[in-house]
Amino acid sequence: MTGGYGAADILKECTIGVDRGEIAVIVGPNGAGKSTAMKATFGMLPLREGHVMFDGEDITHLKPEERVVKGMGFVPQTHNVFTSMTVEENLEMGAFIREDDIADSIEQVYELFPILKEKRRQPAGELSGGQRQQVAVGRAMMTQPKVLLLDEPTAGVSPIVMDELFDRIIEIARTGVAILMVEQNAKQALEIADKGYVLVQGSNRFTDTGEALLANPDVRRSFLGG
Amino acid sequence: MTDFINALVVLTNFILVPALTYGSQLALGALGVTLVYGVLRFSNFAHGEMMAFGTMITIFGTWGLQALGVSIAPLPTALLALPLGIAGAVILSLIFDKTVYKYHRQRKASPVIFLIVSIGLMFFIGGLVRFIIGPGDQIFFDGTRFIFSARDFKRSTGLDEGLALKMTQAVTIITAILVVAAMFWFLNKTRTGKSMRAFSDNENLALLSGINPDRVVMITWILVGALATIAGTLYGLDKSFKPFSFMQLLLPIFAAAIVGGVGNPLGAIAGGYVIAFSEIAVTFAYKKVVTYLGPDSFQPDSLVQLLGTDYKIAVSFIILVIVLIVRPTGIFSGKTL
Repeated sequence: MTGGYGAADILKECTIGVDRGEIAVIVGPNGAGKSTAMKATFGMLPLREGHVMFDGEDITHLKPEERVVKGMGFVPQTHNVFTSMTVEENLEMGAFIREDDIADSIEQVYELFPILKEKRRQPAGELSGGQRQQVAVGRAMMTQPKVLLLDEPTAGVSPIVMDELFDRIIEIARTGVAILMVEQNAKQALEIADKGYVLVQGSNRFTDTGEALLANPDVRRSFLGG
Repeated sequence: MTDFINALVVLTNFILVPALTYGSQLALGALGVTLVYGVLRFSNFAHGEMMAFGTMITIFGTWGLQALGVSIAPLPTALLALPLGIAGAVILSLIFDKTVYKYHRQRKASPVIFLIVSIGLMFFIGGLVRFIIGPGDQIFFDGTRFIFSARDFKRSTGLDEGLALKMTQAVTIITAILVVAAMFWFLNKTRTGKSMRAFSDNENLALLSGINPDRVVMITWILVGALATIAGTLYGLDKSFKPFSFMQLLLPIFAAAIVGGVGNPLGAIAGGYVIAFSEIAVTFAYKKVVTYLGPDSFQPDSLVQLLGTDYKIAVSFIILVIVLIVRPTGIFSGKTL
């Protein structure tokens, strides 16, 4: 993928991909185009060159809403919940495009995040940061996506909550959902990653399994702080 | 003791009942303003004139029904003609949205542009209404005038003071309760209503969730057209229909919406009553009440009135300014539905 918002390209021949049941993590220094790369896969960035393929189908020209219908779920980094609406209403809105019964999906989200069941009648804006992220992920899960895109799901939450969130993300991947996420906490994220992409200035610098990247001395030195 | 009850009756008759009535009319108007602000994110100055337009169509419907000899006495015939007025206001709103607002929406114009556009439409609709029905007073109220009059009340209670309940007052308050209840049910319980709240709360996330913005906008205009017509008709029944009065009504309506927290429906309703009660309570002459409650043979020389009724409009202005200084987000912090 190559593209950007204005005349200058932010992404330069950047390639990312993820398979069913896998977790792929994009890491890299600030301004490397991590979030941009993810937005590009979701159709929020005009591409000059390259394609976005989904299940063998070229979806490069679909709008984000249309990609949701195809089976992509996206959790933005900020403003990712309806703050004035209750937790349950957030989940209902996540399933807005579905015509069938959504009670099962809501129940699944509550099983994954039991705290949300307790707080189902509370406005999402009153929840803590970690709980909000759970609502945000839960909302995106409601469309039963095949690919879930998470933009820094652990931004601004405590380390304990972060571990907890990562555990849940692994659980979601085990159900066969492909997960692509951008992470600031590179070390922890690569530990759970099947695939890792290290982006620098909008291009792939290293691509390997999470484990291999963690073991790679170059990666360690430049991005993981030794 | 009778003095105390007499004082209470005076207050109920001249403050409580009129303020509840006027407050209900303002609340319905403010609800429309707040819906537009919440979903379309601009202050709709054309709302007052849209009320006049819907009411005008209702009046035509009323005249038609009266000519046909249809009547639902003791209730005013206008209630039967309301659906016609609502349809008229909704159609006009949708036409304006398609021809005017949509263009600016697609260009992602700033709220100020929308506001100015709505001022233009305000003058346009105002002119249209005066062109069609004329600038004069229209009285379209029929049916029974009083549910109980002051004289009936005095006779049956034996008190010196009377308490009257006009049919229009009862109709206004009951209609307002029904409409507000239906509105909240719609916003909180139905899928479409929730999608409107979601859109109002976080437009981008609503789009990501597959909520169709065009549909939300259309439903908003339908609701706003209905609310404007109902509020305008109730006001017209209670006072009289004069096209120019709806432009003046815009200030207390905006004050109500802002005092309650613009964008918040609950706030719009609370704001409507706050404004109505203040306007009436501040401009009421308390002489009688003081006479009843004060010591025997005490009678104030003045009217004991804080402000002349000419300054009624100033009251909403003052409240508006105070709220904007002290608590700019309104009583219920507004922004979203």
